[in-house]
Amino acid sequence: MRPSHLVGGKTMKTTIPKEELVYSGHLACQGCGATLAMRYTLKALGQNTVYSVPACCWSVIDGPFPYTSLQIPLFHTAFETAASMASGIQAGFAIRGKGDINVVAWAGDGGTVDIGIQALSGMVERGDNVLYICYDNEAYMNTGIQRSGSTPVGAWTTTTPPPHFKKSPKKDMVAIMVAHHIPYTATGNIAYPEDWIKKVNKAKEIVGPKYLQILASCPPGWKHSSEISIEVVRLATSTRKWPLYEVENGNYKFTRMTRKFVPVSEFLKLQGRFRHLTEEEIDVIQLLVEEHWADLCAKAGIENQFADKLEGYTEKVKKHHPQWFHIEED
Amino acid sequence: MMAEKYEIKISGAKDMPPMAASLGKMLVNKTGSWRNIRPLVIPEKCNGCSLCWKFCPDFCINIDGDYPIINYDYCKGCGVCAHECPTEAIVMEEEIK
Ligand SMILES: Cc1ncc(C[n+]2csc(CCOP(=O)(O)OP(=O)(O)O)c2C)c(N)n1
Ligand code: SF4
Ligand code: SF4
Ligand SMILES: [Mg+2]
Repeated sequence: MRPSHLVGGKTMKTTIPKEELVYSGHLACQGCGATLAMRYTLKALGQNTVYSVPACCWSVIDGPFPYTSLQIPLFHTAFETAASMASGIQAGFAIRGKGDINVVAWAGDGGTVDIGIQALSGMVERGDNVLYICYDNEAYMNTGIQRSGSTPVGAWTTTTPPPHFKKSPKKDMVAIMVAHHIPYTATGNIAYPEDWIKKVNKAKEIVGPKYLQILASCPPGWKHSSEISIEVVRLATSTRKWPLYEVENGNYKFTRMTRKFVPVSEFLKLQGRFRHLTEEEIDVIQLLVEEHWADLCAKAGIENQFADKLEGYTEKVKKHHPQWFHIEED
Repeated sequence: MMAEKYEIKISGAKDMPPMAASLGKMLVNKTGSWRNIRPLVIPEKCNGCSLCWKFCPDFCINIDGDYPIINYDYCKGCGVCAHECPTEAIVMEEEIK
């Protein structure tokens, strides 16, 4: 039977704005998380926005000349220049008295944490009024899944093939931004659009540099089936592998608290890129999660409810020392 | 939806925009042809939560009415809507071409 509240009325509930500034017909793969990152972001920013986009999946997703998927102007720019291009656009607008336009640098993780990092660092250090957003699919996906500085430890990519899986942990770009004394930086996840939209809205109101990083699943790159695109990133946050927090003028705050222990293996086991991991190696990844979480709790000034896990996994990992990961001896 | 009406014809330099600006909408590109499996909505089971709409990576679910209506011109058949639906009001079926 049809629920009575649905009969004949416009009763579909929504928790995010309905207005769409991205068209269907775009060129992303089935189940692409990066498309949702863009859609949610524009729902918050609105049409008074200009994008600077370097080489990345999104420069393809948008469509070939003379077509576009976005209802806002987008400048295609060179791979390393998302931030400098955005700084220039913003300076141009400011001179013409149009400083109220949201200028956004929108880049992939490779374009952000590797090749674009010096332009971004300069932009933040100068204090330019730009919102920099990195959609993080944890590898160079557009060119066929090469590892980036944002690829997590242990992951398979085409440049970290068996048995040489990624040896170093993911670069902590938010911490690097905090070290720049940035007014506002935060993490996001496409599985939590309400949280993300709040952060984009907050960033929009702040004059000065802002850095946001949103985790976005990539079925061909992470090697999972397209229908679990949301489930997989949701698990990244519920396992605390990708915590949701913000840092405003140096003050850390969790925007989503986790109370229940969900092992990181729940996130890893859904993806082909982690299929080869042994139990011992997963313990190392769990330890990295615990260390990062403990560090964040200390910075946010709250008690770490998982302190026993940190202790337990430190003991456990000490015992087996996997060769592919460097562990400090004490 | 008629994708053809969004098409831009460029036969030579005279048709080019004054600068390399994209003027056409990607709505011209009917991605429904990519689909191998097709989502089917069962209105009786829908609880009106709109989660399918919220997470559809192709923005092709309409929720203006009292249950979701999928635009098969653009649906790529990723299966996210059916997977996220809490009441199993969307099922994935074999695509008949
Ligand atoms: C200077 C330069 N080097 C290499 C490339 C080739 N290239 C284009 S996109 C890309 C990968 C981008 O990766 P990322 O920034 O993570 O975005 P994603 O494709 O994953 O969305 C590469 C290597 C380029 N366009 N310019
Ligand atoms: S390769 Fe990954 S990030 Fe790029 S369009 Fe496909 S799913 Fe999206
Ligand atoms: S199958 Fe994928 S593209 Fe099609 S309506 Fe569902 S979520 Fe959208
Ligand atoms: Mg990438």
